[in-house]
Amino acid sequence: MAEPKVAGAAEAKIVKGNAAAAAKAATGAFTPSGVSPSRRSRHKYTVRLWAVRNSRFLEWFYNRFADLFLLLHPLWNAIGYGRVERPVTFVERHVKGFLFDCRMCGQCALSSTGMSCPMNCPKQLRNGPCGGVRANGNCEVEPDMPCVWVQAWKGSQNMTKGDAILNVQKPVNQSLRETSSWLRVTAEAAARREAQAKEKQA
Amino acid sequence: MSPDYNPHDPGAPLDPLPGHSSRGRLERVLRRGEFAVTAELNPPDSANPQDVYERAAIFDGWVDGINAVDASGANCHMSSVGICALLTRMGYAPIMQIACRDKNRIAIQGDVLGASAMGVQNVMCLTGDGVQAGDQPGAKPVFDLDCMSLLETVRIMRDNSKFLSGRKLTTPPQVFLGAAINPFAPPYDFRPYRLAKKIEAGAQFVQSQYCFDVPMFREYMKKVRDLGLDEKCFILVGVGPMASAKTARWIRSNVPGIHIPDSIIARLEGAQDQKKEGKQLCIDIINEVKEIEGVSGVHVMAYRQEEYVAEIVHESGVLKGRQPWKRETLPADALVAERLEHIREGKEENQQEMAGAAAHHPH
Repeated sequence: MAEPKVAGAAEAKIVKGNAAAAAKAATGAFTPSGVSPSRRSRHKYTVRLWAVRNSRFLEWFYNRFADLFLLLHPLWNAIGYGRVERPVTFVERHVKGFLFDCRMCGQCALSSTGMSCPMNCPKQLRNGPCGGVRANGNCEVEPDMPCVWVQAWKGSQNMTKGDAILNVQKPVNQSLRETSSWLRVTAEAAARREAQAKEKQA
Repeated sequence: MSPDYNPHDPGAPLDPLPGHSSRGRLERVLRRGEFAVTAELNPPDSANPQDVYERAAIFDGWVDGINAVDASGANCHMSSVGICALLTRMGYAPIMQIACRDKNRIAIQGDVLGASAMGVQNVMCLTGDGVQAGDQPGAKPVFDLDCMSLLETVRIMRDNSKFLSGRKLTTPPQVFLGAAINPFAPPYDFRPYRLAKKIEAGAQFVQSQYCFDVPMFREYMKKVRDLGLDEKCFILVGVGPMASAKTARWIRSNVPGIHIPDSIIARLEGAQDQKKEGKQLCIDIINEVKEIEGVSGVHVMAYRQEEYVAEIVHESGVLKGRQPWKRETLPADALVAERLEHIREGKEENQQEMAGAAAHHPH
């Protein structure tokens, strides 16, 4: 936890890396000396924050979209899930990359994190904010980035199923990285539907 | 005699109590409803076991558990597993901290088994500070699990006798599970729910970040009580003395997650002897928070002022005359003693002689 170092040591440190480090250091805020492990694609967080503000609309839209994908299940099945994986992943990466700065973890949790991608957290926390959030709601590691989880909490308040943020998320399965979360969700939903149909018959 | 001693033999290990998940005395103290005190051991930057023993001896008879920190603030020190190995050997009751920053799930689950085998009864699951905060910012941050999934992992190991993968354990680790809370960082209204999540994931006790803002903590506890969380989990409040106003100011702007109100700094600044005032402030805060409903103890973090812990505990009177045990016996102790006995009475083997004997017996 707390570990005060010799006072004055921080001032002497030369700050490198970490986008616009000089500007950050000028604010007097604690500036970590390393580059964040999550690579940035953009300098500003405009689109990401827009997505959080419009979490309710995106939730509604995603539900329709997921239904459509499920409707297309016979088509995916006919072509083969393995074969559509690549083009769908390509589209998914770019669409979600633009909207949420998606990191393609392959197991999307956006619906339960207020449409704020938790993989953008430098600690990749999937279950809530760490204790280091700054008083202004920014990240402890990247002083100019709004904390992903402060945003997630805001976004979840607007959503109809915002309570999903209270569910304990499983650890990330690293072997699913760079795969399509959309297709997985669809395949799982289809399997569930079939299982239910079978149960009814029996 | 204290109920934490074996009635037949005061040195012998305790029998497990029904409903307890560990055989540790920290869990016993908390479940009995007594006010618990824990402290944090400053991990040495050395390979000398004596350093650990000396630092632990300061707490002797004043605390119910000693936190063995896992590279706190992402600064490299002796590992928490190593410290726990030394502490359990000497009969102290460590609380082993595990940070997700440095180890993946394979290493962590192995460490939990090893720790439990050594006699560690309490495990505290943390996310850990980012590597950027520490002395080696170029390190690869692991964060394979987060504190929540770590709690769940250890709980599954203990209660279901299984690894995360589903493979079976022959003897599960019987540990009392802890977590950290920070009620003093945004998003404030999410914090009580986050505690609820931690409890759902397996937390049985929590230690808070430094509490300097009592009204804010009171507000948090009100929400916690409304959610009924204080009945499901023991809450220990983090407190500690500040050496001076200058340190306080430095910590506020350089250590993530610590909230120090201006009034605290003003009080330290106005004092003649700032160090003494810092200690008094800590005692005052303890006296205030111990009255809050739902608080089960304090966690004293006196970084580089460990010698004050005893004074703080004594002067605040939180132990109410109770004396925490000084030595905990482990089930394996008899085995070690027996082995030492064998070594003492067995014949000494001379390597030179043995090599000579082998040389005279060609194949």
